[in-house]
Amino acid sequence: MATIDAGAATGRTVIYRHSLLVRLSHWVNVLCMTVLLFSGLQIFNAHPALYWGQYGADNDPSFISTEAVEDGGKAKGLTHVGSLTFDTTGFLGVSDVDGEATARGFPEWLTIPSYQDLASGRRWHFFFAWLFVINGFIYLAYGLLSRHFRRDLLPARDELTPAHIGHEIVNHARLRFAKGPEARHYNTLQKLTYVAVIVLLLPLMILTGLTMSPGFNAVAPWLLDVFGGRQSARTIHFLTAFSLVAFVVLHVAMVILSGVFNNLRSMITGYYAIEQEDKK
Amino acid sequence: MSSILTRRRFLIGATMTASALGLSGCDALVESDRTKSVLRIAEGLSMKTQRFLLGDNALAREFTEADLSPVFRANGTSMPDNPQYLDWMNRQFSTWKLEIGGLVEKPMQLSLADLKALPARTQITRHDCVEGWSAIGKWTGVPLGALLKTVGLKPEARYIVFHCADEYEKSLDGSGWYYESIDLVDAFHPQTILAHTMNGRDLEVAHGAPLRLRVERQLGYKQAKYLTRIEAVADLGRLYGGKGGFWEDRGYEWYAGI
Repeated sequence: MATIDAGAATGRTVIYRHSLLVRLSHWVNVLCMTVLLFSGLQIFNAHPALYWGQYGADNDPSFISTEAVEDGGKAKGLTHVGSLTFDTTGFLGVSDVDGEATARGFPEWLTIPSYQDLASGRRWHFFFAWLFVINGFIYLAYGLLSRHFRRDLLPARDELTPAHIGHEIVNHARLRFAKGPEARHYNTLQKLTYVAVIVLLLPLMILTGLTMSPGFNAVAPWLLDVFGGRQSARTIHFLTAFSLVAFVVLHVAMVILSGVFNNLRSMITGYYAIEQEDKK
Repeated sequence: MSSILTRRRFLIGATMTASALGLSGCDALVESDRTKSVLRIAEGLSMKTQRFLLGDNALAREFTEADLSPVFRANGTSMPDNPQYLDWMNRQFSTWKLEIGGLVEKPMQLSLADLKALPARTQITRHDCVEGWSAIGKWTGVPLGALLKTVGLKPEARYIVFHCADEYEKSLDGSGWYYESIDLVDAFHPQTILAHTMNGRDLEVAHGAPLRLRVERQLGYKQAKYLTRIEAVADLGRLYGGKGGFWEDRGYEWYAGI
């Protein structure tokens, strides 16, 4: 609170930054992506191994998998990545269920429901997948029609010069965030990241998800060719999910570092306060 | 004013979300009947959308011999232990018969030899387990649609039920017998076959000998093994658990196209 008041005293301006539709779709997305991640990990636990190609099962080589092995009377959780093996007891492969070491891919605090239940995990996953897709289409239609994409997300040509981007990277690394007129708009790194999430990662999640559906394979067999098979699509689905987790971690970190109250308020009420530039 | 309301609404939403996400009441929410019925909306939506996009006859991808899985994983029952089945097996299924009945004009029984003498379709397709793994196999069998035309469905028939020789879950009331069901769109789909041959050899016991269903646009649990009886019905509510299949009675989707 204190900083905001101090800002007001020195001529802070408040702008209307996020439209109602952007705010709503943002929070619906938060809900959907959270449920999708944790129910997705429940589904993964039913067969905690990833393959490449059209097929893949127990007798085929996987390149990421978790496994529970017996080691001197104790259950040990192993995670294999390519030819490497890591002891991940307590987290991957083996984790505590009611105080007992139990074989499972991801631990119970990361899955919906917490206990092993593929049927429920699927129902949660597909319900929120539908909500996510509907929300996404509404957002895309709005973004195009209202010129939100062109106005707020598309970087201008001069923003894409190496000098400009280099300058922004240095500012980010020093945690120096924009003030004054510059803070009215997203910076270039922000724009590029949001565009990558909106046009690359999220559509990739949907398309790889659909490629795992035997029904949808008959609708659009070409998706199998695009991703190199159902098992490749499953692997890409999983890796893209973790790219999104990385994005969310970075996104939340930047929200906190660049003024958590102001940022949260702008995504809830739409209003964002801009502080004056430092007098140099 | 509106911003306060919005914020409050957000906080309520956030709290509900947090409790839904396993911070505390997660599993209670998962188990509530109301939650389950809301989540079931997605199954209807997926089925209607896929059927709309598919039309009735879009084909599942067919592969080549080079794509066959070196080892096709057997799943579910791999050796039925009921005496009747063991007797059939010991006689190389020469005494086994497939019964087709229910809402049909001319019920019939077919031996394995009868089935093998009928025109067959061969297809190399991918089998997708609901757990996430896939295997590619080559299946030869009798198109179900042709058999159903022979017996003649009564107008009130809406589903085809497959009864199996394996009791997957031991129970006193018989609710643990494996069974499956499909609607007429899938029943008459050109790739829906009753397979007696896999990868060029007689179907192995682990894969459902002597006869298993292939419904290629759906997941593995629909591909019922150890078939004994096919029944045309008007609704699924009165059979076993009432949801149209062994796994469906245990919470899985009846429409397994996704």
